[in-house]
Amino acid sequence: MSTAVAAVLLAAVVAYAVFGGADFGAGFWDLTAGGAERGARPRAVVEHSIGPVWEANHVWLIFIFVVLWTSFSEAYASITLTLFVPLMIAALGIVLRGASFAFRKAVVATWARRVFGAGFALSSVLVPYCMGAIMGGIASGRVPAGGRAGDPVGSWINPTSVVGGVLAVTAAAYLSAVYLVWDARRLDETDMAEYFRRRAVISAVVVAVTVAVGAVVLHADAGYLFDGLTSRALPVVILSIACGVAALLLLGRAAARGARALAVVAVATAVVSWGVAQWPYVLPESLTFTAAASSSGTLTAVLVAVALAVVVVLPGFVLLYVLDQRGLLPEEGVADAADRVADRPVGDGPAGGPDRTRLKESGT
Amino acid sequence: MIATVGTIAVFAAADPVPWARSQMAFTLMFHIILVPLGVSWTFMTLIANYRALRHDDRDALLLAQRWSKYMAVTFAVGAVTGTVLSFEFGLLWPRFMDQWGEAFGVPFAFEGLFFFTEAIFISIYIFGWRRLRPWAHFWTGVPIVLAGILGSVSVVAANAWMNAPTGFTTNSAGTVVAVDPVRVIFNDSMPLQAAHMVVAAYLVGGFLIASVYATAMLRGRTDRYHRLGFIIAFSVAAVATPIQMGVGDSLARWVYTNQPVKFAAIELVPTTASDVPETILGRLGEDGTVSGGIPIPGLASWLSDPSTGRATVVQGLDTVPADARPTVDQVNIVHLGWDVMVGLGTLLFLLAVWYGATWLFRRRMPASRWFLGAAAASGVLSVIAMEAGWIVTEVGRQPWIVYELMKVEDAVTANTGVWISFAAIVVLYVAVGVTTILVLRGMSRRFRRAGGFTDHDAPYAPGPPVQAPSEQEKVP
Ligand code: HDD
Ligand code: HEM
Ligand code: HEM
Repeated sequence: MSTAVAAVLLAAVVAYAVFGGADFGAGFWDLTAGGAERGARPRAVVEHSIGPVWEANHVWLIFIFVVLWTSFSEAYASITLTLFVPLMIAALGIVLRGASFAFRKAVVATWARRVFGAGFALSSVLVPYCMGAIMGGIASGRVPAGGRAGDPVGSWINPTSVVGGVLAVTAAAYLSAVYLVWDARRLDETDMAEYFRRRAVISAVVVAVTVAVGAVVLHADAGYLFDGLTSRALPVVILSIACGVAALLLLGRAAARGARALAVVAVATAVVSWGVAQWPYVLPESLTFTAAASSSGTLTAVLVAVALAVVVVLPGFVLLYVLDQRGLLPEEGVADAADRVADRPVGDGPAGGPDRTRLKESGT
Repeated sequence: MIATVGTIAVFAAADPVPWARSQMAFTLMFHIILVPLGVSWTFMTLIANYRALRHDDRDALLLAQRWSKYMAVTFAVGAVTGTVLSFEFGLLWPRFMDQWGEAFGVPFAFEGLFFFTEAIFISIYIFGWRRLRPWAHFWTGVPIVLAGILGSVSVVAANAWMNAPTGFTTNSAGTVVAVDPVRVIFNDSMPLQAAHMVVAAYLVGGFLIASVYATAMLRGRTDRYHRLGFIIAFSVAAVATPIQMGVGDSLARWVYTNQPVKFAAIELVPTTASDVPETILGRLGEDGTVSGGIPIPGLASWLSDPSTGRATVVQGLDTVPADARPTVDQVNIVHLGWDVMVGLGTLLFLLAVWYGATWLFRRRMPASRWFLGAAAASGVLSVIAMEAGWIVTEVGRQPWIVYELMKVEDAVTANTGVWISFAAIVVLYVAVGVTTILVLRGMSRRFRRAGGFTDHDAPYAPGPPVQAPSEQEKVP
């Protein structure tokens, strides 16, 4: 049963990477979009693209924590003890990011949008870096078993963690650029689609380079993982690389739709290959999933919750994405007249205001 | 100067316990302010939305639409501050999670379901105003309401488990070897605690929102839009308040029976006795005597068990060794928290009665400035009451993190740098808190200046594309 829960955990990490990761990546493009004038259009696409979905995507992270602490409590304790610093930074970054993003949408003054935009964008790079570094620390066997603390510094400042961090940031940026090509097309912004397509290609190349460097680093620094990647996980690795290359070719020829699916598969299989390479350890070479697993009552409860989630939450997710992709969730609320005439008082009338419109279609 | 800072740093670094406790308490107390809005605001928005659709009520539509915009902000802040909490369980209390995670964690597995549901549908609702069909859009709000209630029930179940740990078996070494998830979730403290929290969420959410409209009315904005906003929110709160008193009363009796030491702290009872007075204010001294305050003879005994009246025996603090009960300072904090919660609860109850009575006899809401002034204060007061209630629960449980099974000092992280993260969190949260309020105010100002919808901005209308009914349509 612990295997089933481990699979759930891996699936949640994959989901967080392909959904949440892309939201972080969008922040990266927001950061690099340039000054307020020049960056306005790409930022609008970014905002439009992640606005309705980021909160739901974010819950995957909470879910990962919950599965970890209920089902593999010992591993959770060791990880949080050892990797205290990057986890705390990530937590602060998440607050900064979510709050800034929500605030930016709610203000109109340029300076305020700029401040919140900076908070959003910077933390969008900081948080995935920390996550990647954390993964690197775990994968390279730097977290001891037994709910004990490992090296508080070396566990996240080390070659594998650096690779993990850079990979997380670049892969997120890549994935997001690919999505944004599609989103821009949907908005009929052909030049923006081209803008993101170019960035998708560039970041794909950067990811490829990182992966190549990473292979060398892992060979030296994370032996168990490297061995796993080149044996057990090899088919998955090959699949991932193949999808990545295919996606790049399609992007080069501006075929966004196929590229999107392939990019998702490439990133998802990359995460899966990590999980497979690390198997059967939750903390490589010191703690296996089986040894860390909670008693069967708890594992059953988690699996029941997951089954319920498939029945209850999955349709909701599908609904959300379908509505979003069909453009039925165009913007937050209704653009109140307020948002456009912000600096021009329209009399001191009551908020209920003069009746300028009628309620349409009620009771359909 | 540098020496002092140095000493403080060394001292601070030596013991993570106070810092971890402060950080946990601070982040929880921050998160919990946003919770009532997350749980109950959608309900109120749907009331307005329903009115708008049923009665073609434009003010109600405007309200619902704007509330959903504010909600987007408070919900986001609630979500991210909640995420920090899930980091903190491990970061601050790793040994607690190591030993008890498999039991304590179970309710969170189900809470995850509700979080997902809430996050999904809130997005659909907030972003769906323009293109979804009106009633379909209305119905996408309903899952948010249900998920909010069930979600807070699940979280509180975890907290209740810390008060009444059940549903697991340990071996001789104290390691958990078997877990009964149902008993963990439905632990003895859960039904009343969860009910008390859910009702608190409606009560606080209602008063908070009503207080904004009361303030506006005091400033002369007494149009129908503001009255409607006030009435919807205040009515919800006014219904919740008496229920909250009733649930709280049962909860107090539960504590009397099951956590006698916490109860002794609440009622300021140093030694076991019958005919215990209900001391309003007052404090416990180091010597174990109660000084100051206004004792109401026999009331605490009588309330604890009305069937035996003033003869009811209340167990004193001294029945357990000093290291198994809250310190004197903690007892005083608990007692003060109790007075504040019950005191404010009573005031809010009177306010609700005033409102109810005026509706009953005059068929309208009270219009006096006194009432509006009190209503304008009710939001903050109800938040304080809720915070005080949590202080009673959490500090009253000290020194236990898991009641009678694990002490806080045995649960804490070994990292000595917690004071740094605490400082960082305080700075960030204060900034986020202040900004949230400023942003909400800014939105409200903008809304007010602009008046109502423009033609193509009306909800449920087609978007603003070229064919939007504009000038031509206005031609008579
Ligand atoms: C708006 C808020 C509010 C109001 C008006 C009241 N309470 Fe409360 N109370 C809470 C909000 C709250 C809470 C939501 O903050 C707590 C903290 C933990 C919990 O489950 O509910 C709480 C806890 C709490 C506890 C501690 C439970 C424990 O430690 O397990 C008791 C005994 C009471 N309450 C009793 C009352 C009584 C007798 C009230 C009557 C006036 C009352 N409360 C009004
Ligand atoms: C429902 C979920 C909650 C859970 C699971 C929870 C859990 C915890 C934990 C693990 C601690 C640290 C150990 C301890 O000091 O006992 C703690 C302490 C504390 N919590 Fe809670 N808590 C919850 C809700 C709240 C809320 C909503 C508040 C306040 C508004 C709160 C206020 C506090 C305070 C003040 C402390 C510090 C007590 C002290 O050290 O004296 N808690 N809580
Ligand atoms: C009495 C205590 C608590 C209640 C009633 C409560 C309730 C809620 C509610 C209703 C939300 C929805 C978001 C919002 O509207 O603000 C929320 C968000 C959240 N809470 Fe709390 N919470 C409590 C304490 C805690 C604790 C102790 C944790 C620690 C794990 C926690 C973790 C979270 C998380 C992770 C979210 C974000 C979920 C999302 O993204 O939708 N909460 N909480």
